[in-house]
Amino acid sequence: MTLTRRNLLILGAGTYAFTTLAGVPAFANLTDDAIASLTGGAEMGEGAITLTAPEIAENGNTVPVSVDAPGAVEITLYADGNPVPSVATFRFGPLSASSSASTRIRLAGTQNVVAIAKMEDGSFQIAKANVKVTIGGCGG
Amino acid sequence: MISRRDFLQVGMAASAILGGSGFGNWSRLAAQQALSQDQLLEFETFGNVSLIHITDIHGQLKPIYFREPSINIGVGGNTGAVPHVTGAAFRALYGIEDGSPSHYALSSGDFAALARGYGRVGGLDRVATVIKAIRADRPDAILLDGGDTWHGSYTCWKTAGQDMVNVMNALEPDAMTFHWEFTLGSDRVNEIVENLPFAALGQNIFDAEWDEPVDLFPPYKMFDRGGSRIAVIGQAFPYMPIANPGWMFPEYAFGIRDENMAAMVEEVRAKGADCVVVLSHNGFDVDKKMASVVPGIDVILSGHTHDALPEPVVVGETIIIASGSNGKFVSRVDLDIRDGRMMGYRTKLIPIFSDVIAPDPEMTALIDAQRAPYLTEMREVIGRTDSLLYRRGNFNGTWDDLICDALLSERDAEIALSPGVRWGPSLIPGQDITREDIFGVTSMSYGKAYRTEMTGEFLKVVLEDVADNIFNADPYYQQGGDMVRTGGLGYRIDVSKPQGERISNMTLLKTGARIDPAHSYVVAGWASVNEGTEGPQIWDVVERHIARLGTVTVDDNNSVEVVGT
Repeated sequence: MTLTRRNLLILGAGTYAFTTLAGVPAFANLTDDAIASLTGGAEMGEGAITLTAPEIAENGNTVPVSVDAPGAVEITLYADGNPVPSVATFRFGPLSASSSASTRIRLAGTQNVVAIAKMEDGSFQIAKANVKVTIGGCGG
Repeated sequence: MISRRDFLQVGMAASAILGGSGFGNWSRLAAQQALSQDQLLEFETFGNVSLIHITDIHGQLKPIYFREPSINIGVGGNTGAVPHVTGAAFRALYGIEDGSPSHYALSSGDFAALARGYGRVGGLDRVATVIKAIRADRPDAILLDGGDTWHGSYTCWKTAGQDMVNVMNALEPDAMTFHWEFTLGSDRVNEIVENLPFAALGQNIFDAEWDEPVDLFPPYKMFDRGGSRIAVIGQAFPYMPIANPGWMFPEYAFGIRDENMAAMVEEVRAKGADCVVVLSHNGFDVDKKMASVVPGIDVILSGHTHDALPEPVVVGETIIIASGSNGKFVSRVDLDIRDGRMMGYRTKLIPIFSDVIAPDPEMTALIDAQRAPYLTEMREVIGRTDSLLYRRGNFNGTWDDLICDALLSERDAEIALSPGVRWGPSLIPGQDITREDIFGVTSMSYGKAYRTEMTGEFLKVVLEDVADNIFNADPYYQQGGDMVRTGGLGYRIDVSKPQGERISNMTLLKTGARIDPAHSYVVAGWASVNEGTEGPQIWDVVERHIARLGTVTVDDNNSVEVVGT
């Protein structure tokens, strides 16, 4: 059998995945900069914010992510491997039923999703989750 | 064939009061005497509740040979821990005598010789006998199927899983969870599950669009047994849309979702559960981690990675049971549940020696009825093997070497890729190879054999990606299965390194030249997860190759150099 156009397309899709996987230079610095400007360099606590994301993305184009930080007035999400790391900022007023949010984000490749919560007292909380974007394979 | 009387005792039973476990309990109990069905089933009924676990049957209705792996490398915290102990080291660990029935059932080494002596294993009519015997002891025992049931044989392919559904329904399980079932396509899975006379569980089976639980697959079911309330929570294979073609079941999302597992444990405890059992298709190392992360699970019945362990592994206050694959074993787990908690357990991994355990006649008839319409075509002899043909092992198996050879020669390729799945029975030297045998190692709903070109650079990315799915130090990033098998391509792998640094020395075996990252190579493979893959079915490719060879001999394969273990 010769190489069909369809096979080429499949190959093309795979090659694209490869490019994105390998092409993850450190956008992490951009994230560090953004976090520093958000927090003013303040020390961040851990444990009061819960970040839920899949360990391995089923589809890197639409990865479900949720955050929950009781008492937070603001939660900001970053994807540290994306060319533009800032994803979203959620603000919670006094009438908010809870300080939690769910969304879907696009990930260019395997990277950390980072959530920063600004608490009522002005302190900050951080949570990270490593989300792997894979070209897929074969299970047992 | 040796007689039943010649078998040694192979009663692999473990019992312990919670917290007091250790290796070697069962072997001390084993007496050196002739083996009989009674001895295989011998069990001092314990506590007030019995669980029966069978998993990863992969469509095997009839007795088969199944060789356990000789290479199963653990990484990170699981280096050198079971189930990553094989062969003689495994026997030493559990005090198993060389040449004993336990050696044959549980470990690799001298497989062909022992197989001639001890015969085939499995067969769901033998499994039925064992289940009936346990139910005679404990009529309200809970029978749980860990999934990978409706897949893996000629008849399963021809009937889209109906043969397995019919036979399993006759065994009357109480609940089931899933993996390869979904490769039948979501329409077919939905159709079967809607009519299933038992619970189809999966706390991690979600709607892909809204990321919400789905009604068809409830997270758990409660059972009031022996004066206690038992919650069984299902955990389907977490990485189905990644390891298998997600386009076949686009409505569903999975994942480990341990935070939801923890919420379900709390929910069932609040509803009065005295004991929490997880029926899991995570794979063993993932289950170990989940037991350490999610509090309040008493028992994990582990599936997916096909490990068979004669004793439970204890993590905190959770016991993890591994019950093998392909119908080769049934686990009996007796629990003492009092005062709202599990106080103790007694377990036994029962090997299904098909010449020792009498088949249940009704079940034999039912199985034969499933096979009858296809018997002539699947029993056709295609060739013969002079070598042991097996699959299990991290890097290659002789069945896969043969499949890769078929791809290289029948598809005129330089390099062949074959998926590192763990299912598929073995054949011993001198056996005929029938069409059914070929389907036993190739049957699937996305088996088309593609032929394409890949650059050396891309081939490395493929190997690195698959290697990280197996050797990532964090079990939550492991998908189970083994390394993709390669034909015509050798390489070196350092399993201790991170992704991108494991694979080196990639060599085109035909010329001995190093793989050039910029050069394109003609690659043949099968089981692509991409939609629209074109080519002949892999079983037709393998059949043509074997028919042409007549008699098959598979030489030793030293093309993968493994370091960092």
